[in-house]
Amino acid sequence: MQVPAPFEYERATSVDQAIGLLERLGSSARLVAGGHSLLPMMKLRLANFEYLIDINDLHGELGYIRLSDDEVRIGAMTRHRELLESDVLAGVFPIFRDAERVIADPVVRNRGTLGGSLCQADPSEDLSAVCTTLDASCVIRGPGGAERVVTMEEFHVGPYETAVADNEILTEIRLPRKSFKVGSAYAKVERRAGDWAVVSSGAAVWLDAGRIVDARVGLAAVGPNTTGIPEISAALRGHEPSEELYRLAGAIAARSCDPVTDTRGSADYKRHLADELTRRTLRTAVERARS
Amino acid sequence: MTDLQDSKLTEFEDNDQNPVGFGRMLRKEDARLLRGRGRFVDDVQLPGMLHLAILRSPFAHASIVSIDTSAAEASPGVKAVVTGETLKGLGLAWMPTLSNDVQAVLATDKVRFQGQEVAFVVAEDRYKARDALELIDVEYDVLEPVVDVRKSLAPDAPIIRTDLEGKADNHVFDWETGDEEETNRVFASADVVVKEDIVYPRVHPAPMETCGSVADFDPVEGRLRLWSTTQAPHAHRTLYAIVAGLPEHKIQVIAPDIGGGFGNKVPIYPGYVLSIVGSIVTGKPVKWMEDRSENLISTGFARDYIMRAEIAATREGKILAIRTNVLADHGAFNGTAAPVKYPAGFFGVFTGSYDIQAAHCKMTAVYTNKAPGGVAYACSFRITEAVYLVERIVDTLAYELQMDPAELRLKNFIQPDQFPYTTKTGWVYDSGNYEPTMRLAMEMAGYDELRKEQAEKRARGELMGIGIAFFTEAVGAGPRKNMDILGLGMADGCELRVHPTGKAVVRLSVKTQGQGHETTFAQIIAEELGIPPADIDVLHGDTDNTPFGLGTYGSRSTPVSGAAAALVARKVRDKARLIASAMLEVSVADLDWVKGAFQVKGDPGKSVTIQEIAFRAHGAGDLPDGVEGGLEAQICYNPSNLTYPHGAYICVVDIDPGTAEVKVRRFIAVDDCGTRINPMIIEGQVHGGLTDGVGMALMEMISFDEDGNCLGASLMDYLIPTALEVPDWETGYTVTPSPHHPIGAKGVGESATVGSPPAIVNAVVDALKPFGVRHADMPLTPSRVWDAMRGQATPPI
Amino acid sequence: MQVTMTVNGTEYTREIEGRMLLVHFLRDVLGLTGTHWGCDTSNCGVCVVWLDGEPVKSCTVLAAMAGGHEVRTVEGLANGAELDPIQEGFRQCHGLQCGFCTPGMLMTCRALLDRNPDPTEGEIREAISGQICRCTGYSSIIRSVRWAAVHEANAAKEEEVAQA
Repeated sequence: MQVPAPFEYERATSVDQAIGLLERLGSSARLVAGGHSLLPMMKLRLANFEYLIDINDLHGELGYIRLSDDEVRIGAMTRHRELLESDVLAGVFPIFRDAERVIADPVVRNRGTLGGSLCQADPSEDLSAVCTTLDASCVIRGPGGAERVVTMEEFHVGPYETAVADNEILTEIRLPRKSFKVGSAYAKVERRAGDWAVVSSGAAVWLDAGRIVDARVGLAAVGPNTTGIPEISAALRGHEPSEELYRLAGAIAARSCDPVTDTRGSADYKRHLADELTRRTLRTAVERARS
Repeated sequence: MTDLQDSKLTEFEDNDQNPVGFGRMLRKEDARLLRGRGRFVDDVQLPGMLHLAILRSPFAHASIVSIDTSAAEASPGVKAVVTGETLKGLGLAWMPTLSNDVQAVLATDKVRFQGQEVAFVVAEDRYKARDALELIDVEYDVLEPVVDVRKSLAPDAPIIRTDLEGKADNHVFDWETGDEEETNRVFASADVVVKEDIVYPRVHPAPMETCGSVADFDPVEGRLRLWSTTQAPHAHRTLYAIVAGLPEHKIQVIAPDIGGGFGNKVPIYPGYVLSIVGSIVTGKPVKWMEDRSENLISTGFARDYIMRAEIAATREGKILAIRTNVLADHGAFNGTAAPVKYPAGFFGVFTGSYDIQAAHCKMTAVYTNKAPGGVAYACSFRITEAVYLVERIVDTLAYELQMDPAELRLKNFIQPDQFPYTTKTGWVYDSGNYEPTMRLAMEMAGYDELRKEQAEKRARGELMGIGIAFFTEAVGAGPRKNMDILGLGMADGCELRVHPTGKAVVRLSVKTQGQGHETTFAQIIAEELGIPPADIDVLHGDTDNTPFGLGTYGSRSTPVSGAAAALVARKVRDKARLIASAMLEVSVADLDWVKGAFQVKGDPGKSVTIQEIAFRAHGAGDLPDGVEGGLEAQICYNPSNLTYPHGAYICVVDIDPGTAEVKVRRFIAVDDCGTRINPMIIEGQVHGGLTDGVGMALMEMISFDEDGNCLGASLMDYLIPTALEVPDWETGYTVTPSPHHPIGAKGVGESATVGSPPAIVNAVVDALKPFGVRHADMPLTPSRVWDAMRGQATPPI
Repeated sequence: MQVTMTVNGTEYTREIEGRMLLVHFLRDVLGLTGTHWGCDTSNCGVCVVWLDGEPVKSCTVLAAMAGGHEVRTVEGLANGAELDPIQEGFRQCHGLQCGFCTPGMLMTCRALLDRNPDPTEGEIREAISGQICRCTGYSSIIRSVRWAAVHEANAAKEEEVAQA
């Protein structure tokens, strides 16, 4: 069985103590939460670090879902299972429950975290697409308790690369709430349960008096990063939802994305899925906003 | 999803829970496996044991320029680093394959597939061994690989087997069966001829336990103990004796609990040999367990046949002839594990279950820069490919004739009175009664209602497909006159000893990898002798304690060793009869056998039980003249023919027209494996094989990029079905006993793996009929189904 | 480094490397070989054990991470000679063949029943969807879980009656 190369194990007891460790150890250290992306890569020796800082003890500090009138705040150590099972979250943004049902598998979901998923920055990663769809912002804490807040676009610098510096920690995700009726949904095509997405799509729609005041679509696995498509938002705003509108959005999604042919499917097929899933998730999101 | 009915939990409760003989019986082996007390190879822990890790080639084809092991040797905890050059000095750099080819144990001249063994490290623990691999510096001169099998015989193709003297191409063998002239004549005059190119992609058995071994060589005694993941411990021992030059009586091969085999654990892999070398070199026990990637990229793959299939028929749907031309990818070494005279395994049964006039097959096998193997994954020696071929081409005929595929099959079955039936390729089917099996499957499926539902759905634009496959297998190799593995005849020994108190031990040459031998073989003895199965120990998997035999693969345990067990029990019974006649003071002719006892004819009150006879056999006092003490017997059973189980499978799929995702909604499997020893175990075997079928039909494939890099090198990339991709299996059975098997049983372990892929593919193709699709190759991933829907189906290789 | 954890109710302290995987700690250090490993990428689930009551894939958890926590393995399921109902369910319904995935399956299914004493077929399939069985085709595993659910419910009823 594959085993990782040697490293020193450190256990963080608080966010600030973890940042202190990161400051001291620099790029030779890496945080590990659930570990289900990082440890397999280290076992296959695709990634090596001198130090691993275990932040699982920060679950008490960073494992939460808090709802206020204007936003939802989710701690970065919130585990997949908690996101899946949170009725509060599903009540506001059912897209989370849709996505969590198809992320990895139930045992992995017991360990994996929201922050870990986002920081892995895999272009096929589902929660990144969810957060992109919901226009999330990411709270990053650095030395001395300094916090900065970045958008998802800023957060994902490139494939497997984020805006989090060596001495920083992603602590929280903030999802804005608007004073309109909102609906959201997520759909994923996978070759088999637990596989990474061939393509997935998230959609969120805000309605006022039957019209779309805002709509957002986020796609995974069709480009170097999860892709938000502002052109769709522009095309949908101000209109009444209709099949024709979904078709238009789907067409934009298909031509705006940049998939590659691989063992999961051809670029043509993925483009088709971007279209199909965009239409499906918008339709569901609108239905949910109306109910 | 429909909910499973709890009635299924109690349906067997009326049955005898402790049958003395055949019937549903809970498994004896479960007691340890459920408690985590199984003993698998990686559980073997010996004092002072070291760990071995193998350095493998990152390239598909490259010359080895140099290997520097100095840094690895200096790495902490490292006890030995060995390269091919060292093995060359010991005469161990090459070993024979099961197909009379040779395979490098460690590469010396060049590497011929990605993942080939190049060097190994022995260290104090598995972590240190793995670390040292990183420090071995190999300089390669990369060569152009042969990846596309269709180009392997091109005049300018790079030559892979430069080690074979005078080898100037990548040709392995040509093989032919049937009557070409007659077949061509029938084709020329047929009303209808349908042709289709069909690919059975390379797949991998991927048992949950990977391959491995623990070698413990004692230099003082000159004895080698080898725990290994082997389906054929005795054959392996003989081959180790030949390869390593160790005397056979000094080698003990132990196959402990095996975490699934499916043919993956039939060949001898370099890793096993290296663990032996490692133990000899270090003087310590050495453990080698491959990781998952090593398992997928280097050990016995399956299939990889490119087949052109043609079928000739009358306009009314009478099948006249089948012919096929096959290009077989054997990888870098011909490591096919099949009887020597059958280089294409039992592919010759491609005429299926149909009474036809002529058949012909021409096959060419070639080398490519891929891992060796080819016969694995519950394939019954290539019957998977044969059944897929015939069941696919019969469906294309139904498509062209616009006939119902069930009706077409029913019209062409070999009839019950034609058995034993000799096929046009020379196979003698022992028994069969196909129509009732087919009718039962159709009844269970509600076939007519399903077709009605399909018509309604099609009218609404929904995609629903119904697929049928009907298979006949040929399992249970030998007989030994035709079948051998490297000269070892395919016959099985069996020994039975009844202890004085009437308990018994039966020793088998075959070895379970999950099939439940400890239970079913106890039931066979119980059926014959009337000793409760709980009183019968089944020993297997240890060459020091069991008789010689060829092992468990090709569904041969029940047909061959099962027969041996029944016959050895009858031998014991014959002896018991002599002793009983003395005990009861009547002639043997006056004794009736009622299960478990002999009684005097006409006087049931006068009887002796087998237990009483056993005590007498060992006890004080004289035995009848010529009868030795003890109650035991041994046998080596040489089957007179293969057994030919059959089955009818019906699959129902739904396809999402928007995403092209396939959902297997229902699967009905009716199997006929003759006499049923333990229905629970048979059902389990069938369920497992059906799941394999879903895997192969929809997702599993070992593919390569143009440089020969394996793209299915982890379980992230090589997808195996989970519980969410398969339906609740619906099984049924008919019973057509084998006339030549002592208890009428036939092998069943691979039936479902063989029969299910065509049923699923036929269902998907049926669902795509509105798009004019007549064929689409596996694996039918959403992307590939979408291609087919747009008329752009492509072969996977 | 030194790690202390409780496994099946017994506390163990051992000197280990930081990189040691929990599955190797259990198997190679403690000799609890009931827990298996089958892949390197947390896809197969034969290594599932409980960490603080939740099933986790022990090939993707560092032993150090389990320090100070409670681990339960298949060896901790049976109560002496008496099998846990989930083990008995697997035995009755032929929920295992080669037995290699079985320890992981048992741990996941036990956890499922603890959270959901009456799971549907769909819920059972979902619960074990991160675990691969090559032998059973899953139907008999699902029946095994249902067997355990039904028998546990019956046992609870009987106990209620007895107490009343």
